Amino acid sequence: MRTVNPGTYFWQGNEACVEAAIIAGCSFFAGYPITPASEIAEHMAKRLPQVGGIPIQMEDEMASICAVIGASWTGNKAMTATSGPGFSLMQESIGYAFMTETPCVIVDVQRAGPSTGQATKCGQGDVMQSRWGTHGDYSAIVLSPNSVQEMFTLTVRAFNLAEKYRTPVILLTDEIIAHMREQITVPPLKSIEIINRKKPKVEERAFFGLEEVPPMPAVGEGFNIAVTGSTHNEYGIRLTADPTVHRRLVERLSNKIQNHVDEIADFESYNIDECQIGIVSYGCTSRTVYEAVKNAEKRGIKIGYVRLKTLWPFPERIIKKLAETAEKIIVPEMNLKQMFYEVERTANGLAKIIPLNKIGGGELITPEELLAKIEEAEKND
Amino acid sequence: MTETFSVRKYLRDLKLPFCPGCGIFTVMNTFLRAVHELDHKNLSKFVFCSGIGCSAWIPSPYFIADSIHTPHGRSIPVATGIKLLRPDLNVVVFGGDGDIVGIGLSHFIHATRRNLDLLVIMVNNMVYGMTGGQVAPTTPFGTKTTTTPYGNFEYPLDAARLAVTAGACYVARWTTTHPNELKESIKKAIKMQGFRFIEVVSQCPTAFGRRIGLKSAKDMLKWFKENTISIEQAEKWSEEHLAEKIIVGEFVRRQRPTLVEAVYKIIEEAQKNEEN
Repeated sequence: MRTVNPGTYFWQGNEACVEAAIIAGCSFFAGYPITPASEIAEHMAKRLPQVGGIPIQMEDEMASICAVIGASWTGNKAMTATSGPGFSLMQESIGYAFMTETPCVIVDVQRAGPSTGQATKCGQGDVMQSRWGTHGDYSAIVLSPNSVQEMFTLTVRAFNLAEKYRTPVILLTDEIIAHMREQITVPPLKSIEIINRKKPKVEERAFFGLEEVPPMPAVGEGFNIAVTGSTHNEYGIRLTADPTVHRRLVERLSNKIQNHVDEIADFESYNIDECQIGIVSYGCTSRTVYEAVKNAEKRGIKIGYVRLKTLWPFPERIIKKLAETAEKIIVPEMNLKQMFYEVERTANGLAKIIPLNKIGGGELITPEELLAKIEEAEKND
Repeated sequence: MTETFSVRKYLRDLKLPFCPGCGIFTVMNTFLRAVHELDHKNLSKFVFCSGIGCSAWIPSPYFIADSIHTPHGRSIPVATGIKLLRPDLNVVVFGGDGDIVGIGLSHFIHATRRNLDLLVIMVNNMVYGMTGGQVAPTTPFGTKTTTTPYGNFEYPLDAARLAVTAGACYVARWTTTHPNELKESIKKAIKMQGFRFIEVVSQCPTAFGRRIGLKSAKDMLKWFKENTISIEQAEKWSEEHLAEKIIVGEFVRRQRPTLVEAVYKIIEEAQKNEEN
């Protein structure tokens, strides 16, 4: 029953994700092969049995997410990994996991879509799918790592948030972060916080209400749990005509996330109190920002940035703060403007929001391209 | 068996939602009677998974048991996650023909191929009943439904034979006119390991019967009786003669290494190698 030893490693992002999941307590993985996420399934297939866990390759992504949901109801932590096309196939059951309050982790290693697109090349086109992909009203928790080290820390955090809020959590990474190799440090296990779902007391029966995050029993424990994706009362009994029951349930499910935006929000920021130009970035694109900012400062430009590690729920407070200082905010993305509109909405006219978009061939926005945009923004007052 | 049988002891005190004359009452009653005769005082050793459709409401939430009412067609994958991590529990899937061999067909074949330790009871009413009587993959050729107003131009799927071919350990088909045979099959299947499939041809007078000239449950049961032949008898008949018939009986009963056995063997070996 061994998790990886603390120490320094030279890992691929996907590998770091697997080792982190195992440390977080993941004991079940179900997936379907897809580039650029397949290494997660391959590494899980090797590592999970060594720690007493179960990996299985299902017949498609719909089966994968559903096997993960079943596993979660046995009281175990479970995850799946996929890319855009498979993520689309999972959407119905991600909504089911949300509605039934089933903690689980879904890794989406983004590639260039739509459709099969450029299957081996990087993209950031699933940002809105990760937020709004399933039908109906819901709230999503979506994390975005920008290094192999963060593939590790944010995978652990994804499990912790899933368990704490009893909801599916999406680790929205991309081909570049998932496939590159970097040095990574696995800290001593004792220093890693692991959160486990709240279990009910013997006499408890309300597993779907009364509290913001109700306790979650497992099957086979004698609780006679009724789980359904249809509208249900706090005891899990289906009530599909009562408007109050639906309102109460769906609003609670959404609020249990929206009421904790600040706690879920995670970001890195630099010089946001004094900058004239700000940058909001996330994932692989944010790696360009560091060098562009350094070079802009050499040219005397007052610049700062916010790098989002939590994409959803959208951390409005920090973006608002940046917009209060910066006159202009550049949003570089490897898509055709997805987070741009969210930043614009949040800034609400306090700053001018400038898009910088690049798609195709998995090419990153270069530091030179970003610097050019920064200089252009500075000049055009 | 010391106690007398009552479905009530296994059911929540809720009003059942099924139409008058629905075959689901027979399936529900027969399943619980089988459980009772196997001396299960309650359903604590079972987990039920069911998708979307009338038959999915057999366990959810009416059985006093753990029941997971899944997205349409996905009961078998959810059951896969449960059974692999809790091999000690009897995992039973209830579903209609649309759920199991329509939208969920791929999962059905793969679970059978894997020999997942699972009992699947499919209530085949030959139609999408809950949505109002649309054509199903099991609707007989030529039948008029709401989406085949000129008659069904497709041929129905034989789910039982498919399960045999895919590798199931136990396959039986009965109609709702065979409650005793059905009960004995359920008892046998509950006690076995591996993938087990029982198909129950069942009447839906509301969304199917009345459109094919069989207005009541009684008419539909009469139709089943007149058109049913045993699998032994069927072997002597030509394909042509069997086209309109419902073949009932035990299609297969065999032992094969199961998925749970195979998976746990691998875990054991991987852990042994890790220690060395």
